[in-house]
Amino acid sequence: MIEIIVALLLVLSGLFVVISALGFLFLPSFFLRMHPPALAYTFGSWCVTLASILYFSALESRPMLHPWVIIIVLSITVPVTTLLLARAALFRGRAAGAADTPPRLEPKRNTAQ
Amino acid sequence: MSAWLTAAITFALACYALASLLVLVRLVRGPSAQDRVFALDLLYFHAILVMLVLGIRHESDVFFEGALLIALFGFVSSSAMAKFILRGEVIE
Repeated sequence: MIEIIVALLLVLSGLFVVISALGFLFLPSFFLRMHPPALAYTFGSWCVTLASILYFSALESRPMLHPWVIIIVLSITVPVTTLLLARAALFRGRAAGAADTPPRLEPKRNTAQ
Repeated sequence: MSAWLTAAITFALACYALASLLVLVRLVRGPSAQDRVFALDLLYFHAILVMLVLGIRHESDVFFEGALLIALFGFVSSSAMAKFILRGEVIE
């Protein structure tokens, strides 16, 4: 029973990762391309980690929670790199005068003074 | 280990290999530098998943530490490269 669940989770994570890679390859612009890997970063890693926890817990017949560290590390580090890359793409797009970058946010002038 | 689980592990590893190939195409073709850095980050992530699945396949705990190391090195290298293409220097 446990093995069936583990097998299902592994198959699901494989499908998610392939779908995200397809999106990453075929979407037209960089800002669109940043979205599909989130599918792999969340569902892919959660499915594999849950499968690992379930399988090792069933194997040793005690709770083995250490693969949880992978999820924690990924959920801390992935947004940081994604945000840095998005800022880099914005900066480089503005510097190159690309058409698909939003304008820079200007601070509001205080008209009362 | 049942035949179901073996088949699922093989399927998952094949999926990761296919996804890595697709990402590799983007890494080679990618029009801008940030595309290539993002593709490298995704390749690191696929390596983490492969290590975890290999740990299930060989029923061993050693692969978990490898996966953790790959996650940390991937974060450091990706953020350093992102910082480099953002500012032109890694440490200022």
